[in-house]
Amino acid sequence: MKKASIATAEHPFIRILLIVLAVTFVGIFVMLPLAVVFAEALSKGLGTYSHALMDENARSAIKLTLLVAVIAVPCNMIFGLAASWAITKFDFVGKRILITFIDLPFSVSPVISGLIYVLLFGTHSLLSGWLERNDIQIIFAVPGLVIATIFVTFPFVARELIPLMEEQGTEAEEAAVMLGANGWQTFWYVTLPNIKWGLFYGVLLCNARAMGEFGAVSVVSGHISGLTNTIPLHVEILYNEYNFAAAFAVASILTLLALFTLLLKSIIEYYFPHEIKALH
Amino acid sequence: MLTLRLKQPSVIPGFGVALGFTLLYLTLVVLVPLSGLFIKTASMSWQDFIATVTAPRVVAAYKISFGISFLAALVNVIFGLIVAWVLVRYKLPFKKVFDAMIDLPFALPTAVAGIALSALYAPQGWIGKLLTPLGIHLAFNPAGITIALIFVGLPFVVRTVEPILQDMDTELEEAAAGLGANRWQTFTMVILPHILPALLTGFAMAFARGLGEYGSVIFIAGNMPMVSEIVPLVIITRLEQYDYTGATAIALTMLIVSFALLLVINMLQRWNSRRAEV
Repeated sequence: MKKASIATAEHPFIRILLIVLAVTFVGIFVMLPLAVVFAEALSKGLGTYSHALMDENARSAIKLTLLVAVIAVPCNMIFGLAASWAITKFDFVGKRILITFIDLPFSVSPVISGLIYVLLFGTHSLLSGWLERNDIQIIFAVPGLVIATIFVTFPFVARELIPLMEEQGTEAEEAAVMLGANGWQTFWYVTLPNIKWGLFYGVLLCNARAMGEFGAVSVVSGHISGLTNTIPLHVEILYNEYNFAAAFAVASILTLLALFTLLLKSIIEYYFPHEIKALH
Repeated sequence: MLTLRLKQPSVIPGFGVALGFTLLYLTLVVLVPLSGLFIKTASMSWQDFIATVTAPRVVAAYKISFGISFLAALVNVIFGLIVAWVLVRYKLPFKKVFDAMIDLPFALPTAVAGIALSALYAPQGWIGKLLTPLGIHLAFNPAGITIALIFVGLPFVVRTVEPILQDMDTELEEAAAGLGANRWQTFTMVILPHILPALLTGFAMAFARGLGEYGSVIFIAGNMPMVSEIVPLVIITRLEQYDYTGATAIALTMLIVSFALLLVINMLQRWNSRRAEV
């Protein structure tokens, strides 16, 4: 027994080498960038830091980011619930293709995700005449930011829920219906309690991406300070103006959001490993 | 009735509403806007299209994007495997924190990653300061792009290999050792073939992500045409010059590559999940 365990373990020297390599790699590529954000943000003192966050353009960027997320995330949550309900509770032709289509936005470059809406709603598009006559502006305005964000965060909730609900099957729902529950009651009292942590997990990741998206919103925003700049775009503008301390101060809010997201994610994975799909 | 054959009967209500909403939303948000790329490109003549996508500056950008994404994905395969191995097999203090931090590149907005990496590797930065006197410059050139793409691709290999390593039966390794294999032989002949589909899946995902990446790259790349300009930036530049058709043509070629990669990833994942069931 002892011999076998020695033969299937590495030499202590190799083990230490591998640990050192792994820790160094993650240290250099993950921990250092994280540390430098806060170091740079506070490099000119707390006064500059809070000044950068209280700045009018920073505050409007924060408000805009919250507004975009408040619209985009619930839209994709409802879509994710509808799509996973249809896909996992029923058997129909074309399911696999539908799942592939839902995943498409993940394989599209953020820049292209913005570009497609410029083509659809921009100045030389098919819809531009109609939009102009009705005085509707989508590109270089808030609606463009919202829809580009919806596109890049489109699959998050659905792809968390589909494997989870597939695993749970349809028996509980069938029983509920047989006992006289209507569709809404079945969803609310039978399905939702079983998927609530998976749903929360998906919404959490969807929200992190929605608030942090850069490439797609950068294409449709037009970078109008105070009007169409989200937090990441405001960071870019400050950085390009060589206002580094302010850029990193604003970036530190997004970094804290990322850390908070990771913390919640780890807590869910630790306490409810069987109620989310991620650990399969 | 045709619908009966397309869908198995079920007592659960809500199929029509759920599928109808799903298809409508998918069509309006994803399919119609994406088809705009094809329609816009179709307005170009074939010669114009070829001239646009094979212009020297565009070809240079393809080479940079493909080459560096490949290199970064390769680095992530090697180190991702080491990180996954350490996470699964060894005891570490603060392992939970270490584990959670692997996902930071997924959670951190790309613009923040971009300025942070650029601040680290710029000549006055924490790392740049140490390397510049040695004549090593890692920012504002292709090396900078590589660093950014290693960062964004880091979690993919770790997260695809980790579950396979976790589920792997150590009996196989014991058998190999019992038959006289040394540890390296066991690794290359037993463990590596077992995790190969996962490694390839992680590689393809990191590669695909690197091709499209924009935010984390542009701050550290230097963005010099022909030298350190990535394809997404070429698309943005064309847009800023109001060359919508040119931007669209280049975007379409990238999109087709991405979809091809998506197919490859799907096939690899199917191979991988068959492997996981064994």
